[in-house]
Order: sequence, then structure tokens, then C-alpha cells
Amino acid sequence: MPRYRSIRDLDWSLLAVTLVICALGVLQIYSATHGTKFEDAWWKQIVWIGLGLGLMWLVASIDYHTLLGQVGFFYVSTIIALGITVFAGTKIFGSRRWISFGGMNFQISEFAKLVVILMVARYLSELKRDEVGIGDLLKLGVLVGIPTFLVMLQPDLGTSLTYVAILGAGILLAGLRWHHLAAIALVAGLSLPLAWPFLNDYQKARLETFVNPDADPKGRGYQVIQSRIAVGHGGVWGTGATRGTQTQLRFLPVAHTDFIFSAFAEEQGFVGVVVVLGMYFLLIMQIVHNAQTAPDRSGMYLCMGVAALLLFHLLVNVGMVVGSMPVTGIPLPLMSSGGSNLFSVFMMLGLVNNVRLRRFAS
Amino acid sequence: MAIEPEHPKEEGSSSSHLGSHSGLTFRDDARFALGRITVFQYAIVAVFLFLLSGFWYLQVYNHETNSELAERNRIKTVPVPAPRGKILDRNGSIIVNNHSSYTVLLSQETLKLEHLAPIAMALNLDLPELEATVAKFAKGPKYVPIPIKTELSAADLAFVESHRDPNTFPELEILEAQKRLYPRDNVAAHVLGYVGQVSEAELNTAEFAKYSQGDMVGKFGLERQYNDLLTGIDGQRRVVVDVSQREREVLESQEAIPGKNLQLTIDMDLQAVADLAMDGRRGAVVALDPRTGEVLAMVSRPAFDPNVFARLRQADWNAVINDPYKPMLNRAIQGTYAPGSTFKPIVAIAGLESGMLSDTETVNCTGVANWYGRPFHCHSTHGATDLHRGIVQSCDVYFYKAGDKIGIDTIAQYAQISGLGEKTGIDLPGEADGLMPSTKWKLRTQRERWYPGETISVSIGQGAVEVTPLQLALSIGGLSIGGKWFQPHLVKLAAAPEPKHMGNWNPLNVASVVNGMYGVVNEGGTGSAAAIAGVTVSGKTGSAQRISNDLAKSNAALAKELADNGWFVGFAPRDNPEIVVAVIVEAGIHGGQNAAPITRDILEAYFEKKTKASLPNPTNLAALLHLKRPTPDQ
Repeated sequence: MPRYRSIRDLDWSLLAVTLVICALGVLQIYSATHGTKFEDAWWKQIVWIGLGLGLMWLVASIDYHTLLGQVGFFYVSTIIALGITVFAGTKIFGSRRWISFGGMNFQISEFAKLVVILMVARYLSELKRDEVGIGDLLKLGVLVGIPTFLVMLQPDLGTSLTYVAILGAGILLAGLRWHHLAAIALVAGLSLPLAWPFLNDYQKARLETFVNPDADPKGRGYQVIQSRIAVGHGGVWGTGATRGTQTQLRFLPVAHTDFIFSAFAEEQGFVGVVVVLGMYFLLIMQIVHNAQTAPDRSGMYLCMGVAALLLFHLLVNVGMVVGSMPVTGIPLPLMSSGGSNLFSVFMMLGLVNNVRLRRFAS
Repeated sequence: MAIEPEHPKEEGSSSSHLGSHSGLTFRDDARFALGRITVFQYAIVAVFLFLLSGFWYLQVYNHETNSELAERNRIKTVPVPAPRGKILDRNGSIIVNNHSSYTVLLSQETLKLEHLAPIAMALNLDLPELEATVAKFAKGPKYVPIPIKTELSAADLAFVESHRDPNTFPELEILEAQKRLYPRDNVAAHVLGYVGQVSEAELNTAEFAKYSQGDMVGKFGLERQYNDLLTGIDGQRRVVVDVSQREREVLESQEAIPGKNLQLTIDMDLQAVADLAMDGRRGAVVALDPRTGEVLAMVSRPAFDPNVFARLRQADWNAVINDPYKPMLNRAIQGTYAPGSTFKPIVAIAGLESGMLSDTETVNCTGVANWYGRPFHCHSTHGATDLHRGIVQSCDVYFYKAGDKIGIDTIAQYAQISGLGEKTGIDLPGEADGLMPSTKWKLRTQRERWYPGETISVSIGQGAVEVTPLQLALSIGGLSIGGKWFQPHLVKLAAAPEPKHMGNWNPLNVASVVNGMYGVVNEGGTGSAAAIAGVTVSGKTGSAQRISNDLAKSNAALAKELADNGWFVGFAPRDNPEIVVAVIVEAGIHGGQNAAPITRDILEAYFEKKTKASLPNPTNLAALLHLKRPTPDQ
């Protein structure tokens, strides 16, 4: 047992890539916020990264089977916390996403990602057959649907969709009959126009803007247009740190949080983009590698859940920056300024290490 | 790190290795999904290639376009408005100046219509009017901001400064501009005019084609007449701005060229006296130097305050426009009135010069005379009356006879030489023609022959004849200096002017008429109220009837409203006149009682100032009385 806890057995290449991405994030936060009211964001980020590493070690050291055993408790507490958030959370920019506790604001929906990963892994690893039946689909749909619905109410469409991404990846890995897959696609396709009236105005606007950003260049399309200009202005080599005019003169909105990659692309250019996207590629591939070497199905599902979630975040956030995806307001993992997302990502990496530490167990 | 799966084994090869931990059962054949994980890996590669292609498109393929857009974001060209030229009086003191004022603009590019209501409330604007303005500008180009309030108060300024951030009202912009200041309020308002935003109709004319919406242009009076001269050339600055349009850095700056100053012939001291004298009356005053045509003073009442026009609301505008007494009418050049008895000196000179009259001939005035089967009355019974007495007592019967002898066409010929019945050509917009009737005129306009009875009315300045106060001052002024007429003008000329018309009159004939006018004031005539000790004031009174005697008898209210206009036209000194003043007081009935004292005040001020001119520090209380605000000097 002690060898599970040995620090030498951690995934060091995973950790190295993670820390390089974090460091580039801190630099970009500094560049995007110096001289503004957010100018202390970069050292706060450093503190959060330190705390995140601690959380990672904590999550890695408790055997993941123990964690899976407590999924019921985690799940129920998370649902209650999400319920409290929706009805009594702190309202910022028109949505209730935070719970204040001890002077800090926590974003429960970030930690719920972890719980969803654990729950899906536990459910799928307990399947007796090597495919997901219609009854399982319905049960999983309800189990994931509840937190998804609560987070949508906040409203935070982007984060709620990450739970669906985790579930989707899990189901596809567990095995699915073609006609079930077709049925899911059909239901999803039909529910989209039905869901349209239930979307908030700003969510509809974001989707419309995604289709045609130039329809309202100074209003709803503003963020995307300015982001694309910033990225394009960077060119091959970039303008250099602290010298991107779109970023520094604030034409680029929320340049240290959701649009941090746009600021990075302006100041570091296509070369910087290739380097950082390469880092993320290595990160996700390394997590997938841990899934391949996992000692059991539950470990595999845990790693793949984390990989699917990070890939979804990357696709939606980075895609938004270049206008290939609608604006959903989900952060870029490890780079965007903000504690909750960093903590949840580090805890997920803790899960991955947890699985890795126990790969020779059986 | 392994990207390729080691064992692409499909599911279903099945197995149920069951592991046990913490009382739970887990299936530990983790390798069952390796094939699907491979598919997932390909998906990862696809996602990254998709993302990279987006960056390649923007950063490599479209770099130029996006850089240009980024530059356009941060570099703005800000106009530097050129200050408008000042207006000075003949002595160089400032009559019209500029002062710094703040205007709030709405940027059309960031404007949200739902913000209009809170903005209107905070800035105390009329919402429907604001919406109309916005709708009007929406037809034009998007980059033109909409000025919504000028002359911001400190509170307005504080509101705009604290709410123009991107999250509140990003459309708010502040413009510091030089605004027109008329320190003496309504003094000479009709002469100076006012400025305002160029209107849509004006933009479509050649005169204003070079302006764009929101520009300030002269609308009235000299501001309009000399708009091109007074308008400077705006400069511009290229600056780096941030998203709130705050300036971070100036890249390039091009100075504005101020408009040229305008020096007037108006003497502000005289103007102030004339304005004060006309307070509470309706009518006009014109004072000219007959030797040059320089206008020394010009008043029209009721007047307006040009300072308030820039911030006038539509309702206030309508009140001004619909005022029955037409305060926007410059009566000195646009009001046309029957000259009444002030026309008699012209009839006299026409008779003497044409040889139809001699100054010794007398007419017996019995108070009434019959002409062409109709009785014509005189205001008194003068008995045997010669030309001199005819002018001094303003005997109508004398002039009925004279007019009949001279004939309408000869009268018209002399009246026209002296400048009556046609535009004087003064440098103000909108001057009226007036009317000097003749047989030709009647045939041309009414297709009817001239009846001799009409001449009888015209010879005492009634009937069809109509003049403006300026025309009368010009006419009598030219007569007083021996029959020379100089173009009336308001802006100082560089060189001494040449006369526009010459009468080539016999000086003895001129002297006869001038002596008569001297008698009007100084020999117990109708204009005694204009007399000044030590100054040989000469002049002529007039009362111009506006409705017939019969109608006046039957309708007392109308008779009061349309009571006779009182005229006085005077000049001084008798020999070598320097100044001529024409005054009309609407419904003033007798010129001798109402208009003559005003003429006296002005002449008195003129000669007083002339004698004091040698003193080192001349003070003029009347002018100071009208100086409500200090004139900021820059």
C-alpha cells in the first residue's frame, strides 16, 4: 500500500505540462490586467495554483474506489448546494453562480463536474453487459439531467453542457447500439427547436450572433468581433507581451478570464498559439494514456471523463475566441483567471493521478 | 506516451474478471474499450486541427485585414473646432464673443434606444424631442454623433462623466466647444443675428453644402451674412483611444484656424442709447452717417435674445415664431411702412428740381381741399402757405397741390434716385423692397391706368408708397448732404466709399428743403421735441395712417390696434450733416410726440460723445447699463 502514496509515482510529465500552461496563464493575466482594477489577479492566480496542487495531492491520495463508494453522498450534497445557489446564490452580472462562504465565493457548478465524472464512472463500471441499455440511458439521463437543469437555471448554459459532454463520452465508451445512438441524436435534434422558447434572451442572442456576428457589431456581436480582430492582429509572431492594443486598450472584453486566449493570441501570435495548443494536446493525450493503463473500468472511465471534459472546454472556449463556437462564457482550463475552475481542474488531475498511482494494483 | 492503442481489441471478447474493493464490485477488464479510446484520440486530433485552422485563418491568412481593424479601433481622428470670429464695434470693443461650453453627444455606433429614457431624465431633456432628433440623425451616416444638449451644467457634466463607461451608457460623449456669447443680450439682436445647428434644408443649398449635420452656422443677421468669413477652419488630432474613447496618446495634431473678426460700423454706445430708447415700444431705429453709408445704430423692437436660441426648445421656438408682433422681423430693413409726411421733403425737392414748384408760391389751406370729386383733409387750417411753411407745419393741402402739379412719375423718379422703393443693398439678409408707385408700376402690376386722385394721397406719403426705415434714413440723409447717396453698410470698409447715386441737384433747392426741415425742429414746427441746444437738428415728422377714417369710426378696437405709425427722420448739423436718424414707433400716432424725442436722445448721445472723444477715459452710462455680463476677453 505505501507505494501508492509515493510521490515518485505521480504523473510527472502531466504535471510539467500543467505547470507550464499555468505559468503562461499567469503571465497573460499580468499582461491583460496591469494598470486596471484587476491588477492583483496574477498573484492571486499563483496562490490558487499552489492551493490547487495541494487539492490535487489530496484527491490523489484517497483511493478512487473509496471516492466512488461515496458517490451517493457527494451527489446528493452537490444537488442541494446547486439548489441553494439557484435560489439564494450571489448574483453577479445577472446570474446566480456563486455561494458565499467564509468571505469567499464558490462556484458549485465547477465542483459538480467532478461529481458527475465520479457518478458516471461508477454507474458505467457497474454495468453487467458491455453495452448501455435503454433503461440505463434513461437512468443516467435523469441523474445527469438534474444538475444540468439546475445549472441552466442559474443561468449558465456553457457549464451545464459540460456535464452532458462527460455523460456522452462515457456512454460512447461503454458501448451503445447504433439504433440507440440514432434515437438519442433524433431526440436531441427535435428538442432543440422545442427548447428554443425556454432559452433566455441573452442565450438566444448569443446563438444568433454566432450565426451572424455582423448583424449587431456594437452590441451582441461585439465580443466575438473584437476577439477575432485581436487574434488576427497578433499575426505570426504576436505584438509582444503587454503590447497588444486590443488587449491593452480594453477593446477585448474580459481579457483575463473567458477571452484570455484571445489576448494571448494577440500578444504571442500564431507561434504562441501553436505552442500552447500543443501543450493542451499533450495534456489531454497523457490523460488518455492513463486511461489506457488504468487498472480497471472505473479508473478508465474516470480518466476519460476528465479528458472529455477538458477537450470540451478547450473546443468551446478556444473555438469561441476565433468565432468557430458561440459565446458560452466557460473558462479556459488552467489559464483563465479564477479560483473555482483552477481548483476543479487540479482535483480532476488528482483523480487521474489517483488512477495512475494504482495502476499495478491488481 | 502511447497514442496508438496496443491492443485494438473489440468489446464483446468479454470476460468477467471481477475485482473487489470496499465492499463494491468493479469490473477490472479495463482494456475492453481500447478501440473506442483510439477513436477518441482521433477525435482529439481533429478538435485541435479544427482550432488551429481558425487561428491560421485569422493570424496568417487574414492578418492584414485584422490589423487594419485593430488600428481603426484605437486611432481616432478628433476634430478641433475653430473658434468663430468675434464681432467688434467701430471702436473695437467686443460685441459678440465665444466662451467654452460643454456639449453632450450620443455616439450612433454604440447607441441603444432603450437608454434614451434614462438619459433624457438625467439631463432634463424632453424625451419625444430627443427621440425625434435621434431618428433624424439615424438617416445620416453612422459615424456622425448626435448633439443632444449644449451648455452643460456642472451637474450634467458630472452625470455624463460618471456614466459613460462601457457598462452603463457607452454612447455618451463630451465635446468641449467654443460657444457664441452675446454679452449684451438683445442689444442689436437683429443686426448681429444668431447661430444654430445647420438645418436639413440648409444642407441642401449651395451656400451650406460644405457643412455637415451638427455644425453651427450663422442663421440670421450678420452671423448669416458673413458666415463664411466668421467660420474658421477646423483642425484635427489623431489620437490613440481606449474602448471608453478616452485619449491615451496624441499621434498628430493640426491646429484650427480661427475665423476672422468682423469690425462693424455700429457704435455700441449709440446703439445702446437707441435700444434703451425703444424699450417697450414696437418699431425701428436706423442711424446712418450720410457721408459714408456707415450704419451707426440699428434697432428693431420687439427683439429676441440671441443667447437663448442655441438651447431653445421647440415649444419656445413656436412661441417666438407665432408671436403676432413678429420679434424675428428686423423692422429696420424688413418692415415696410407708409412714410406719411416724412415723404414731403422728397416731393418738395422733386418739385423744385423739376421746376414745377417755386419756394415763393403759396397755397391757401382751409383745412380741406377737393380733388377729383373727393375731399382731402389737412390736420389743421394753415391759411396762405409757401414751401417753407408747408414743410414746417406739414401742411397737407400744400402738398396735395404740389403733388398734383408735379405728377406721380416725376415724384417717383426723384424718390427712386434717393433710394426709396428698392433694396438699399445693405449687408444683411432678407431686406425688403418697399414700393414707390408710378404709372408704369400700376400698369405692369394691376393692368390699370393711374388715377390722378392717387397722386394726391402719395404726395403726403400715403396710398401705395411704402418704405423701410433704412430707406428713409438713406433717402433723407442723401438729400441733407446735397443729393449724394452712399451704399448703407454694417461692416467697416477698408477704403473711403464712392457714392452710389448722385442727384446733381441745385444747392439752392436743397437748401430750401433743408431749411424747411430745420424749421420743423427749431421754428415751432411739428418736430420741436427733437431740438437740442447748441446743435442744429433738422428733421421731419410723420403720422402714417393705416386704416381709412370711415373704418376707424365704425370699429374702435381695430382703430386702436391699427393706430397711426409715428415717424421722425432727422439729421444734424444742418450744414454738413454727419448723422441721420430715422425712427418709427408703431401705433405711435404722432411722430412729433413719440419718435422725435428718441431721435433727440440718439443725436444728443452722438454729439456728446464727439465732444468727449478728446477726453482720456470716456464713460458712457447708457452702454454700461446694458452690460449685464462681463465680456470675457481671450
